[in-house]
Formats: sequence, structure tokens, C-alpha cells
Amino acid sequence: MNRQPKALIYLTILSVILFLGALAMVFLYAPLEVVMNYVQKVFYFHISNAWVGMLGFVAAAVAGVIYLITRELKWDIVEMAAVEISTVFFLIAIISGSIWAKPTWGTYWLWDARLTTATILEMIYLSYFLLRQGIEDQERRARFGAVYTLIGAVSVPVTFLSIRIWQTIHPVVIGGGSSAQDSFGMTSPMLLTMLFCLFTFSVIFATLLWYRVRLGNLAEQVEQLKQKITQ
Amino acid sequence: MEKNPKVANPNLKAIGAIVWKDLVAELRSRELISAMLVFSLLVILIFNFAIELQPNLRAAITPGVLWVTFAFAGTLGLNRSMAVEKDRGCLDGLLLAPVDRSAIYFGKALSNLAFMLIVIMIVLPVYSVLYNINTFQPGLLLVILLGSIGYIAVGTLLSSMAVQTRTRDVLLPVLLFPVIVPVLLAAVKASSGFLLNLPMNEIWPWINILIAYDVIFIAIAFMVFDFIVEE
Repeated sequence: MNRQPKALIYLTILSVILFLGALAMVFLYAPLEVVMNYVQKVFYFHISNAWVGMLGFVAAAVAGVIYLITRELKWDIVEMAAVEISTVFFLIAIISGSIWAKPTWGTYWLWDARLTTATILEMIYLSYFLLRQGIEDQERRARFGAVYTLIGAVSVPVTFLSIRIWQTIHPVVIGGGSSAQDSFGMTSPMLLTMLFCLFTFSVIFATLLWYRVRLGNLAEQVEQLKQKITQ
Repeated sequence: MEKNPKVANPNLKAIGAIVWKDLVAELRSRELISAMLVFSLLVILIFNFAIELQPNLRAAITPGVLWVTFAFAGTLGLNRSMAVEKDRGCLDGLLLAPVDRSAIYFGKALSNLAFMLIVIMIVLPVYSVLYNINTFQPGLLLVILLGSIGYIAVGTLLSSMAVQTRTRDVLLPVLLFPVIVPVLLAAVKASSGFLLNLPMNEIWPWINILIAYDVIFIAIAFMVFDFIVEE
């Protein structure tokens, strides 16, 4: 049947090269941070993972809205793919953030606005999968999924805002608190490394999304073939 | 039937009819409110043992206890109110009626809101007596109204989604809780502001968040409800 498109193969190779380049930049090019030392290196991939998580989140919401307007199943597949990918990347971002937080803040977890919002977003994604699992009818599953991503997309910024207000009113428990992340000054090699990592992970996101959408389309074809046989 | 034939707008009439139908049905069966009420009192009872509501901590913990209770009891009511429509095919009947679909949403939302407020209005005095706290403050009542509106606006939408899935009863809280975090956070904070007599400038941000959330989600529900009940 349809083989892997050439462009996808090239994109995969590009992703691998970029990823190795990003690793090299993080460990060889970017200077050591004075206070945090090697721990700060987590930051580059942490922020890239979080970035991809947000990218997938926005992509899912947009695909959901397009699905509701056009009712073409391919947009549901894009939405599902984006949610799946950003669930994984957000989980990595949360875990790597905790690894960074332990030596820096002295604790794995703070109820910081970003951390908490990321966790709630992760919970919304898990609920999204549970919702889809509970519906057999394909068209209804796509419709409800799209509505739920839309609701999630609107509620997450409000959540972030309200936790921010909570933070500013609420006294910060452990010294530094949420401002610690912004407190180290970035030198230009650091900034360059960070931007390169962001770019790399965006390419990886696009590659994975393409694979996942292809998988979704193939699964859809298999489903149709199955139906043909049974009829 | 609706008693006032002078209402010109057919949608308002339809909303009124649905609210009226729900209230009359509830008045005859008393299923929903009694279940919510008994459940709420049990939750408070459990809290009493779980976190020992000592006099010096009460004012600080009360808003949290109350809102957790309302949120849990609310899912019972929302589930039941939609399941009744779905089980006996009443929802299909409602959908066949020649009125705008959003009228059905607003009708159900208003009756859900009425049930929730009735339960709250019974639970509050009981709580006041049990724990010797004055909960009858206009500010607190305003917060409860705004919080309930936000909760019900999203809850009605998601419960009409949840009843159409295989896992229905289990699904509603899972879908609902991650997206109503801002409501719960703001409601708890504003309530404790009033109970602890904090200055108004610390309470206003929370009330603003509640109002913003209510407006945003009523508008969203109005836009997407059609997608949930079509077919």
C-alpha cells in the first residue's frame, strides 16, 4: 500500500541530526552556570519539552475547532495525535522540572503557577483519553473529543492566571520560589543553545505528528477494510 | 405548561418550560435533592473526623470543606439530572421540539443551578449551627452564587456529554474537575476572604475571576452545545 513518503524519511534523519547537535550544544558549547553548575543543563531540554507540550496543546485545540467546522475525520486524527504527543512531552517536562527543582529549590515540587498548570493540563489530557475510550461511535467520539479540547484550551489560561494571583497573594513558602527560574542571567551562548533546542524539538514534534497522523490514517483504512470483509 | 402566554420569545418560553418540568418532577419524586443533601451532610461528617475542625482552624478550613462538599454533591445532581433525560428517551423528545437547542441547555442549566442552590441553602445553616460560624454574609452568598453558576455552566455541558458514553457516571467528575480548577480556587479564596474579614482589595481579584469564568463558559457552552446533542 502507500509507502512512507520521502519527505518524512528526510525529516526523520534531520530530527536525529538536530537532536545530536542539540545534545552537543548543551554539553559542549553552553557554558556552565555559576550557581547551579551541571544541574542547569536540564533546563534546555526541560523548556523544549514544555514548548512542544504547548505546541501540541494549541495544535489540538485548533484541529478540534477545524473538525467541528469541516467534519472531516482527518482533523480528528490530527487532534488525537497532537494530544498524545504533547501528553508525553509534558510528562517529560514535569519530571525533568522536578529533577531540576530538587537541587535548586531544595524540593521536588512547589505549587508554582507553571508546575500546577502543567499538571492540570496533563490531567485534562488523561480525561480526554478516558472520554474517547468510553465512546464507540467514531463520529461522536471525534465530536466530543473536539469539544473537550476546546473547553480545556479555554480553561487552562484561566487556571494559569488564577494560580498566578494565588501565588502573588499567597506568601512564598520556600525562598526564591517561582522567581528562581528567571533569576539566573543567560549569557548569549546559553540563549543560543536554548533557541537551538527549541527549534530541534519543534522539528521532532512535526516529525512525530506526521508519523502519528499517518498511523491514524492507516488504522482508519484497516477499519474500513475490516468492515468490507464482514459485510 | 407555561402559565404566562405573554412571553414573546419562544426560546425564553422553552427555557421556562424545561425548568418548570424539572422542578415539578423533583417536587414529586424528591430523588435528586434528597440524595445530594444527604450526601453533602455525610461529606461534612467525614471531614469532621478526617481533619478535626478545631475552633481555631475552622474559619480557615471552612471554605475548603464547603466547596469540596458542593463540588462532590454537584456531580451527583448533574449526573442524575441528565441520566433521567437520557434513560427514558426524554432527551430525544426535547431535541425534537421545535426550539433552539441552546434553550435546552439553558433550561437544564437553570434547573441544575436551582437544585444546587437549594441544597447549599440547606447545608449552610446546618454547617453554621454545627460549627458556630456565621455563614450568612452577603459577600459569601454572592461568591456561592457566582461559583455555582460557573460550576453548573460547565457541568451541565459535560454531563450531557458524559451520559452519552459507555462509562457515564464515572466519567463526569473526571472530565469536570480539571477544567473547573479556577472556579474552585477562586471560590475558596473569596469565601475565606469574607469569612476571615480580609480587606476587599484582596477579595476582588477572585470575584473578578469568577465573573470572567462564568461569562466565558456560558458563552462557550452556548456555542458548542449543538455539537453535543446533534444526531
